[in-house]
Amino acid sequence: MDLTSALQIALPEVILALGTLVLIVVGAFGGEKSTGLVGLGAGAVLVEAAAAACWGPMGQAFHGGFVADAAAQFSKVAIYLMSAVAIALGAPWLRRKRSAKFEYPLLVLLAATGMGVMVSAGDLISLYIGIELQSLALYVLAAFQRDDSRSSEAGLKYFVLGALSSGLLLYGASLIYGFAGSVRFADIAAAVHAGAGQGVIFGLVFLICGMAFKVSAAPFHMWTPDVYEGAPTPIVAFITAAPKLAAMVLFARALALGFPGATGQWQQVIVVIALISMAVGALAGLVQRNLKRLLAYSSILNIGYALMAMAAGTEGGMQAMLVFMVLYMIDVTGFFACLTALQRDGRPMERLEDFAGLVRVRPGLALAITALSLSLLGLPPFSGFWSKYYVFKAAIAGGLWPVAVFGLVASVPAAFYYLRILKTMWFDEPAGATDRTPGDASAIGMGAALFSFPLVLPALAALDPLATLAARAFGLA
Amino acid sequence: MTGLSEVSLGHYLAVAAVLFTIGVFGIFANRRNVIVILMSVELILLAVNINLVAFSAFLHQVAGQIFAMIVLTVAAAEAAVGLAILVTFFRNRGDISVDDAAQMKG
Repeated sequence: MDLTSALQIALPEVILALGTLVLIVVGAFGGEKSTGLVGLGAGAVLVEAAAAACWGPMGQAFHGGFVADAAAQFSKVAIYLMSAVAIALGAPWLRRKRSAKFEYPLLVLLAATGMGVMVSAGDLISLYIGIELQSLALYVLAAFQRDDSRSSEAGLKYFVLGALSSGLLLYGASLIYGFAGSVRFADIAAAVHAGAGQGVIFGLVFLICGMAFKVSAAPFHMWTPDVYEGAPTPIVAFITAAPKLAAMVLFARALALGFPGATGQWQQVIVVIALISMAVGALAGLVQRNLKRLLAYSSILNIGYALMAMAAGTEGGMQAMLVFMVLYMIDVTGFFACLTALQRDGRPMERLEDFAGLVRVRPGLALAITALSLSLLGLPPFSGFWSKYYVFKAAIAGGLWPVAVFGLVASVPAAFYYLRILKTMWFDEPAGATDRTPGDASAIGMGAALFSFPLVLPALAALDPLATLAARAFGLA
Repeated sequence: MTGLSEVSLGHYLAVAAVLFTIGVFGIFANRRNVIVILMSVELILLAVNINLVAFSAFLHQVAGQIFAMIVLTVAAAEAAVGLAILVTFFRNRGDISVDDAAQMKG
């Protein structure tokens, strides 16, 4: 295959990389004045990359190191559009905080490039490059408010634990390479099938640990609450959505394409991680008074559900995982957008008591938070119910009914902490007026709330066949 | 040459495993200084590189060496980003001890 056709297959990432370079130059020459222009340009580049991913050619490039298939296509469109939403949410917020910088959209672009490489990874080298490109941009984003001591602490903790997890993952990758004799997933699968032995399985365990860090599954979740609490709210909205989908797709691809012959081994490990995530996410969330921390535990719980679907090791499981992650991504982005919109006396409202009687002060946003909380709780007819329905159905079909029962039990304490938010908002005495709410963040929050109820039904009708097509690319039964 | 031929793949792997373990313990056991954590991360990446190059030589394959080059490059970028974040942390706190990074807990 010549270079031209290889670059055509990698066109979305080429667009992103070149767009980033051009916009860096624009920002460097234009200075702070060009912030708005760079933001618009970055949004345009992301939409263009999503279009290129949607209608671009499929196939393999760079000796199988880069794969463009239905799964990559599906997740790329979702990731790039969510990244564009993150710019629309974050850039005006930074401007209101008087810390607008043209670097913000560029870092989101770089992270999106990394995520594109992750979901297209066909060998261990592109897996590592994708993860690092995404992570390095996210570390900087977490520490973006550099005058705020909590933001820089969040960045530092994210960096240290992220670097450790990359190290674990890389050590696993080096062992897999050595004992399987190749970096390509397809060759690794062949080696495992031919009985590559304990060395590969040992490396696989390290690889799974590193990936579990990246998706913030317990017991590798320690960074999550601190990063969510310390990092600026619109940036958390980005960190909690698109990168999780990218990491889950990469996780699924590495396991399904690289180790189809060792399903029994990895299935056990994933089941254990899913169980611990559900337990930690449900129980540790109960004692949280800070809403951002609470949502961090909620994200750990939800990753537990996604891992449960993946552990089924079937095509239906992968399809359920993809649907679940997309619907969860929209819910959680909307929730953080509502948190971004709400301020009291110029300070962010983060603690539970700040939300007392919100329905009498800001009825629109309170209704949006209500819808999104009920959706995260999994109440019909909201989108969270449908995503959980897919996940539980896949787990039971894959023979994992004890795990599914545990998941249902875990959703009971989780229901308590979502309902407590609602009780505080609807029935407590108002804690005072809030600042004027910005139109952009409220619009994103209310849009997500509208999606979570009526819009989800037609969207699901389109999402279901697309996710089925994408799941088929993992080549499972 | 007899002395060299006694160094087998297992020896390289053992050295890498020891370095990797020291690196991981360096991150968890160290309570004083964040710079030491950065050094430990470098140690882990070094262990991985020894693994990769040893496997590459043993398998007569070039992929491992390419991987090692990429790891070296990324390690440099990672150190730069880590030090930059550390500088902002130091500006806000005036200290870089690990125990100091405990404003958020729970």
